[in-house]
Amino acid sequence: MRAVCWTGRNSVELRDVPEPSILSGRDAIVRVTSTAICGSDLHLVDGYVPSMENGDVLGHEFMGEVVEVGPDIAPDTLKAGDRVVVPFPIACGGCASCAAGLFSCCENSNPNAAIAEKLYGHPIAGIFGYSHLAGGYAGGQAEYVRVPFADVGPLKIESDLTDEQVLFLTDILPTGYMGAEMCDIQSKDVVAVWGAGPVGQLAMDSARMLGAHEVIAIDREPYRLEMAAAAGHTTINFDEVDVRDRLMDLTAGRGPDKCIDAVGLEATHGATHLNAYDRAKQAVRLETDRPHALRQAIVACRSGGTVSVVGVYGGFIDKFPVGSWMNRSITLRTGQAHVHRYLEPLLRRIEAGDLDPTRIITHRLPLEEAVHGYEIFKEKQDGCEKVILKP
Amino acid sequence: MELLASTTIRADAARVYGFWRDFTNLARVMAHLEKVTVSGERTSHWTASAPFGQSVEWDAEITEDVPNERIAWSSVGKTHVPNQGKVWFGAAPDGESTEVHVLIAYDLPAGAIGKAAAKYFGEEPNQQLDDDLRRFKQVMETGDIVRSDGAPYGKRAREEFPQRPAQPLSAEEREEVLAS
Repeated sequence: MRAVCWTGRNSVELRDVPEPSILSGRDAIVRVTSTAICGSDLHLVDGYVPSMENGDVLGHEFMGEVVEVGPDIAPDTLKAGDRVVVPFPIACGGCASCAAGLFSCCENSNPNAAIAEKLYGHPIAGIFGYSHLAGGYAGGQAEYVRVPFADVGPLKIESDLTDEQVLFLTDILPTGYMGAEMCDIQSKDVVAVWGAGPVGQLAMDSARMLGAHEVIAIDREPYRLEMAAAAGHTTINFDEVDVRDRLMDLTAGRGPDKCIDAVGLEATHGATHLNAYDRAKQAVRLETDRPHALRQAIVACRSGGTVSVVGVYGGFIDKFPVGSWMNRSITLRTGQAHVHRYLEPLLRRIEAGDLDPTRIITHRLPLEEAVHGYEIFKEKQDGCEKVILKP
Repeated sequence: MELLASTTIRADAARVYGFWRDFTNLARVMAHLEKVTVSGERTSHWTASAPFGQSVEWDAEITEDVPNERIAWSSVGKTHVPNQGKVWFGAAPDGESTEVHVLIAYDLPAGAIGKAAAKYFGEEPNQQLDDDLRRFKQVMETGDIVRSDGAPYGKRAREEFPQRPAQPLSAEEREEVLAS
């Protein structure tokens, strides 16, 4: 079958690979009908997530049709012919973390847990197509994919919603929503969102849906800010104005009540010297992540406010504004999205018309053109916000 | 050499004890164990892999058995690697999980065989027992040992990097993996 493979830093290729088969009784094989390129895939391509191997199949946002299930899956749970969306974290459903709803911290789904434990202190769940640190699972930017614990993860779509309406339930919609949910939003709250990429846009929509008074988008790409403005959000272009000054203007000196970092480890900064400092340290691996957005969010947030982090971080940072965080009673919340717990509630929100995640789709390409999709998404060419791939 | 490891399993002590008390199950999760056969109420025969493709065997006898609480065993008779083990189970504070602690002691022989054995366990001998317990937890909580495309080998995985790429196994690889 054809699959999008990581073949080295800054290198992605379409390759012929074997079709997946059932390895364990709770597996299912899914024929992919739609898949997407995620901003976090760019972290892999750019070489900032360790433990990638030449030939790894990429992709953790995918949906499709079940073509085969393992012997331990009851037909009323899942059967061939079911149409499903598949959460990006792989979760067993049986460990204490899964029982607590912390699906992205599943204690059993990562066969390389010992390695993750050495880096992070405790293991992380397996993730489709997301490095060997996250299990070494083949991803879904392919014609077929093996889904472990298929009696726990996949959500059946039984209505006539299109693939595009439900595909983002796999990752970016729950991720953006969880970013807003962790803010415990009140009706008086001004919520600032760093990053107007796909996750940022959906975090903004979620914040408004949860009752925020005003939502502010921070980015540098005019087309991404226009997209946020068209959805009714206030915008700040950090290439044109000082972010903190503008946020203070917009909130009459209070600072945003809640801040969401939807950028993560490859942030850029308007101040060239600060950007150069972190880029240099990252290049020689003195720090692995560039945390401008996180630093700025903490310092901008009003005292007693919440900073919610859904942008991906991988390793270590320095110049963390610990004094601002500590002395001003800032709450810092974070996590890889526990997608499983949001699937049904967010599906109902889509059905009710409360959220329309399709508004961020700018490109629809055949799987064979995935390399082009990666390029325009990475380089922010052709107004690229979100690429859907059709195998 | 003494190895100590522990884990918490979301299952009651009776189930966890029951799995362990049937020593034949241990060969499923412990990397170095090839086979355990039970020969009597308290006696069993163990076969383990050893360096250079060799295997070592010994008879073992249960020295203590308190249902749902603890089991201790020891090799008996003449063996190259005399060893003792014990496992004990306790209620976790969450009211539904069981804390498992395992202690295994090997009397490594002096001389070349002992050195080879020590090398076999590697620089971090405890890692192997940690991994054994992780697979034990996987089987108790999910019913199987977890496998990915990049790390498909179950208990035969030896933490080798680079791993095979995370792409589906060929038919031959699949046969080999599932035979283990």
